[in-house]
Amino acid sequence: MNKELFKYTLRLADNALVLGQRLSEWTGHGPFLEEDLALTNIALDTFGTATSLLEYASRVEGADRNEDSLAYFRNEREFYNTLLVEQANGDYAKTIVRQVLVDAFNVLLYTELSKSKDETLSGIAQKAIKEVTYHYRHTSSWVIRFGDGTEESNKKAQEALNELWRFTGELFEMDEVEEELIKKGIAVDLKALQPKWEKQIDELLKKAILKKPENSFMQTGGKKGIHTEHLGFLLAEMQTLPRMLPNAKW
Amino acid sequence: MENKNFEDIFEAKMAKNEIIEPKDWMPDNYRKHLIRQISQHAHSEIVGMLPEGNWITRAPSLRSKLVLLAKVQDEGGHGLYLYTAAETLGTDRDELLNALHTGKAKYSSIFNYPTLTWADIGAIGWLVDGAAIMNQVMLQRTSYGPYARAMVRICKEESFHQRQGYEIMCHLSFGTSEQKEMAQDALNRWWYPTLMMFGPPDAESPNSENAIKWRIKRESNDQLRQRFVNQTMEQVDYLGLTVPDKNLKYNETKKAYDFSEPNWAEFKNVISGNGPCNKERLAARNEAHKKGEWVRAAAAAYAKKNKDAVAA
Repeated sequence: MNKELFKYTLRLADNALVLGQRLSEWTGHGPFLEEDLALTNIALDTFGTATSLLEYASRVEGADRNEDSLAYFRNEREFYNTLLVEQANGDYAKTIVRQVLVDAFNVLLYTELSKSKDETLSGIAQKAIKEVTYHYRHTSSWVIRFGDGTEESNKKAQEALNELWRFTGELFEMDEVEEELIKKGIAVDLKALQPKWEKQIDELLKKAILKKPENSFMQTGGKKGIHTEHLGFLLAEMQTLPRMLPNAKW
Repeated sequence: MENKNFEDIFEAKMAKNEIIEPKDWMPDNYRKHLIRQISQHAHSEIVGMLPEGNWITRAPSLRSKLVLLAKVQDEGGHGLYLYTAAETLGTDRDELLNALHTGKAKYSSIFNYPTLTWADIGAIGWLVDGAAIMNQVMLQRTSYGPYARAMVRICKEESFHQRQGYEIMCHLSFGTSEQKEMAQDALNRWWYPTLMMFGPPDAESPNSENAIKWRIKRESNDQLRQRFVNQTMEQVDYLGLTVPDKNLKYNETKKAYDFSEPNWAEFKNVISGNGPCNKERLAARNEAHKKGEWVRAAAAAYAKKNKDAVAA
């Protein structure tokens, strides 16, 4: 098994899976019907990407785990998503701000990943680019509406941004897994994405009349399986049924 | 005199099976009946998102999660077409939602029952959506154009939902003993509430007569209920499950099943607000609406600023 490729694919997959799980908590409870449908669409796309990536991870591993065993039978310390995506939904401002920070990152990530020498990852990325581009368009337009809407919405969006900013540094962290795969032309050089992401977010915040948080200490750990306390509960809920009846097929 | 003429034209259209469109003249009680029926249907879709949404985060496989999420989203989409169809009759969505949130408007009572296990998601798709299709198929040819057209699309999607539910029931019924037990338990709990979905017995159904005349309804409650039982029993047998009714058996003479009536006292109780989840469903809808208030206000304020800026 190519250990680096397995871990790299799991990192990508877990970001999508955990974020999809968070988004799907909104279904049926959105701020109005059209937006409920739109956010559910984003959740559906995100789960779709997660499924493709987990399928690939299981093939790379070559063991007897399929995509469902990877999703439902790994423990908290074996999940490699970034801390940002596991943060609780909070109010709609927090959900949208979390999403826009990830969407802006994903547009850049998947654009680069589509050029990967790994054909499967490149294929998954090509499909995902179209989706995340639409997601960014949707969430960035909400950030502008919130920032430049009412005093209350501006305050909520600013608070969400202040709260979540400390998790953005981790998006660009790399270790020996990425470094090894960058040499082979498979992984994306995240450091190179950072200035582009910052520029894009700066422009968005300016349009939205929101202030970029300064001197924030950046939290880290998710990519190594050391999470915030939120992930354990998310997984407990998600994994309950397959673990209750481990021999059952669904 | 003039009204009389309009009424003659309307009646003539009815007699010729023609479609009534929003701009056509229609009697007040026809309009009222439609607004009530279409909005109740819309509310049912929206409230129906809740019991099923209850299992999205706990769906036991990636595929079942995606399918359930898409299904619940479809229900929301149905709500949207139906609210829009109701609006063509001169009401608006805020007014309709307000009636739902204050408990004035009704929605399908079935959604006041809880989804306690994953098998309930199977049972809802299979039985509840199955019963809904039976009620709704005839509405594709109903006399009011916008409603009929919305129903064409809705029925297509509902039959996909029914298959989704039946697929879950198959997995469970042919799975481990615990899974089979879960399937049987769900069937036991959903059987009678589903039979209630066709409404009270014909003799006690106050709205049926006009509804049939206007092609808002085409078959009676009891006829539909009988048809549903006949059709569903084949599937129950295939799954190796049993319905919780000792009196249910095939009657050779009438070539149909005999079965027990649901408990109509329970039905009245649930309709009047005392079902197991009436309070929770209404509270969840109210909470979502209230929490969304600042979001809607922000969108409106931003749209107004931009419009003013363009105008200036």
